[in-house]
Amino acid sequence: MQNLTLGEAVKQALREEMLRDENVFVAGEGIGVGIHNNPKLPTHGLLEEFGPERVKDTPVSEAAIAGLAVGASVMGLRPVVEIMFNPFFTIASDQIINHAAKLRYLSGGKSKFPLVVRIKTGAGIGAGCQHSHNLEAWVAHCPGLKVVMPGTPADAKGLLKTAIRDDNPVIFIEDMILNFIPMPVPEEDYTIPLGPADIKKPGDDVTVVTWSKMLGTALNAAGKLEQQGISVEVVDLRTLAPLDEDTILKSVRKTGRLLVLHEATRTGGFGGEIAALVAEKAFNQLKAPVKRITAPDIPVPYSKPMEQFYIPNEDNVINGIKSILG
Amino acid sequence: MHLNKLNLLRSMLQIRRFEEKLEQLSRETEKIYGMMIVSTGQEAVASGVGAVLDPADVIISNHRSHGHLLAKGADPKLIMAEIFGKATGYNKGKSGTLHIAAPEVNVLCTTTVVGGGIPIAVGTAFASHYKQQKNVTVCFFGDGASDEGSFHEALNLASLWNLPVIFACENNVYSGAQRVEEHSKVKNFADRAIAYGMPGIVVDGNNVLEVYQSAMKAKERCLSGEGPTLIEYKTYRWGGHSTHDQQSYQPQEEIELWKKLCPIEQLKATLIKEGVLGQEQYQQMENEIKQAVEEAVKFADESPWPQPEDAMEDIYI
Ligand SMILES: Cc1ncc(C[n+]2csc(CCOP(=O)(O)OP(=O)(O)O)c2C)c(N)n1
Ligand SMILES: [Mg+2]
Repeated sequence: MQNLTLGEAVKQALREEMLRDENVFVAGEGIGVGIHNNPKLPTHGLLEEFGPERVKDTPVSEAAIAGLAVGASVMGLRPVVEIMFNPFFTIASDQIINHAAKLRYLSGGKSKFPLVVRIKTGAGIGAGCQHSHNLEAWVAHCPGLKVVMPGTPADAKGLLKTAIRDDNPVIFIEDMILNFIPMPVPEEDYTIPLGPADIKKPGDDVTVVTWSKMLGTALNAAGKLEQQGISVEVVDLRTLAPLDEDTILKSVRKTGRLLVLHEATRTGGFGGEIAALVAEKAFNQLKAPVKRITAPDIPVPYSKPMEQFYIPNEDNVINGIKSILG
Repeated sequence: MHLNKLNLLRSMLQIRRFEEKLEQLSRETEKIYGMMIVSTGQEAVASGVGAVLDPADVIISNHRSHGHLLAKGADPKLIMAEIFGKATGYNKGKSGTLHIAAPEVNVLCTTTVVGGGIPIAVGTAFASHYKQQKNVTVCFFGDGASDEGSFHEALNLASLWNLPVIFACENNVYSGAQRVEEHSKVKNFADRAIAYGMPGIVVDGNNVLEVYQSAMKAKERCLSGEGPTLIEYKTYRWGGHSTHDQQSYQPQEEIELWKKLCPIEQLKATLIKEGVLGQEQYQQMENEIKQAVEEAVKFADESPWPQPEDAMEDIYI
């Protein structure tokens, strides 16, 4: 099996889908010729292979990039547009939240908008809060959008292929730290459906529900706890919308304990949704209160000691799990 | 305001040496976390515009901000400490290089969201107008930022309400890896002013005296209540977008050509020719500036780190 970073896996998916379907094109800032001439990045080399008609470098114009995707998709193309960093998505959000998410509904189900918005995200690169703000809860809150946040390169490849073939608008959020960590990725053409969560590690004592980069943190914590005789089940959501309620509930009914882990800030974070789901549907099986481990409710600070304080770490997870095990 | 050309030279030299140090530290040491964005080659814009500003005048800056900050009189020590992420920095380590605010000198916002500062400048100018204060706002942004919707909305509103703001567009030929022709059909970004009924002028951004004159004129226009001006400063970014940029798209001959138009060398030559500056005096200026930069590094280096929990401070009042 090949070892790829998340960025390389994304590139493989983009490339294969572009070869498979000529209606697929990519657009965004610096995706053809960028300031980082680095083969590890998700769109590196696509311009050379597919040419400037299908690999569109755009001006710094997020609203127009998003609108381009909305308009092109209703005409039958399959745009995959990139928003460089999650905070800049706010500029694109009118087109995505007010339009992409709603126009099919407003057409009475007659039109479709098969577009993908790829967004880079995540703290831990010293770029401060205007580059590192995780906003997945914003988009997961909007009916009409599907929201994908892969935690491994292998998932990223299969999920992105499905996202591109999906007839709905899909928000595909890639944590940048995962672009530095190569992991095994199957070489063949495969897809992973949007919806099902994946149990990355089975266990009996406590369920950790997480996604994206925090998957690694959860698995590391689970590994350490295993040595102390604590068995952790790690559920990787992979997609926030649609949400795989069954897998979450089944796991919590088995373990009786839930810890939700995400890097985004706490209040209004998607972790609250998971906690509410379990409170509504598995309350009687809970042996302990639900626990959330998240970033605190602050913007991402620049300085390293404070940035590290912001990002949930293994110790936070281990302590959190121990606290609910009592 | 009396023009002191030696001060212009000193200001440009200060920016150059300060940022050279930043680049060196960023490449050769672990002292600086994350990317480093500098304005080498563009110093005349910050220094020339900065020289027309009074303490009460406001700057709204962008990701390429060190020159704007220094030209407004910000303390190099506090900038350096912020960039090091130290507790003594302008923003206690919360901002880093990308978002330094120095309200002490009325640099009220540095935003790294491209185009994000332009509407804010409309607001600060509105406040000056509302309070009938005799001060102006300068908003610095790049050629690339003028492609954002925020630019167009902000210029229209500022013009409609005759607000005292100078839109200083630093056309440094690139927006990320895109050359200007690759991101816009207009030859001069100043032409975009026509659409909003305000004057748009093109100025040699490497000639600090012309920069100064143009900013003075725009400031007078603001203060007489006639409203904003868009000034496009034609200049060039010698280095890449940031220290992480290998400049694969930037032709070496082009860089060399622009280096010959160095704003500092140009003014220096003029001043020597005019007999205002001697070699010895220049050397002394250099020494003073280099020493101040070293002192800033020492201050930043010896300053304490913030405590991790300090992250929780400063969000609400
Ligand atoms: C809204 C937004 N989109 C994209 C970026 C990424 N980005 C940072 S600087 C830059 C180029 C800006 O070019 P320009 O405005 O000409 O300023 P310069 O860097 O040349 O000084 C881009 C695209 C950003 N910071 N903000
Ligand atoms: Mg530029």
